[in-house]
Amino acid sequence: MNWLLVVVGAAVGAPLRHLTDRAVQARHDSVFPWGTFTVNVVGSFVLGLLTGVASAQAQLLLGTGLCGALTTYSTFSYETFRLYENGAKGYAALNVTGSLAAGLGAVWLGVETAAGLG
Amino acid sequence: MGLRKELPVVAVVAAGGALGAAARYGAGLARPTPSGAFPWTILTVNVTGCLLLGVLMVLLTETTSAPHPLIRPFLGTGFCGGFTTFSTYGLDTQRLLSAGDPARGLLYLGGTLLAALAAVGAGVALARAVVRGRGRRA
Repeated sequence: MNWLLVVVGAAVGAPLRHLTDRAVQARHDSVFPWGTFTVNVVGSFVLGLLTGVASAQAQLLLGTGLCGALTTYSTFSYETFRLYENGAKGYAALNVTGSLAAGLGAVWLGVETAAGLG
Repeated sequence: MGLRKELPVVAVVAAGGALGAAARYGAGLARPTPSGAFPWTILTVNVTGCLLLGVLMVLLTETTSAPHPLIRPFLGTGFCGGFTTFSTYGLDTQRLLSAGDPARGLLYLGGTLLAALAAVGAGVALARAVVRGRGRRA
């Protein structure tokens, strides 16, 4: 049952990341990877919010599955690497600092919101 | 982009993502991180996924043969994307930082980043060496 919860959550989260990335990138001409940035920040906020949810099943479905698959470290790293390799070193540095700062800020905001609601 | 063309891509991203997330969940069951401990398992998962994506992207974009169009969404966007996670990394960092030992939080934050970028670079370099070696023999 636990495996099923993770699989179902991820089967929604991963395509959601793909479709969000496509939609966000279509609206920007910039080389900056706004799509991955967006899903990582949103997923971090939601995972922070979930700290207020006690149910272990909900954690597996929405946390490990949905948020885990909605966000990605591999694409974030690969896009940063490619920006650097293609000479856009400023954008690479901005992607790293921006993603880390916004991701941590989003987690913190989610955790605080959950604590405030609880 | 019509739905007919988009649907198989979305389906393989979902399947790959589900497989990747299950592998990540399995890694967490095999090597559970006790509450408050340094999250070695997720660090290893994220770095391994970065290495795999680096190799994969070279094999898919820097060879002369055209790969099947569903391989990248299945293995790259799906599996590697679902296997690695940014949100858990963020939450674990936040927990370490707020647990009264900010040095460990910063070590996890920076250590994962550096190891992940190095892994992508290593994967890309490794795959390029193989692709070029093959090209010379052909």
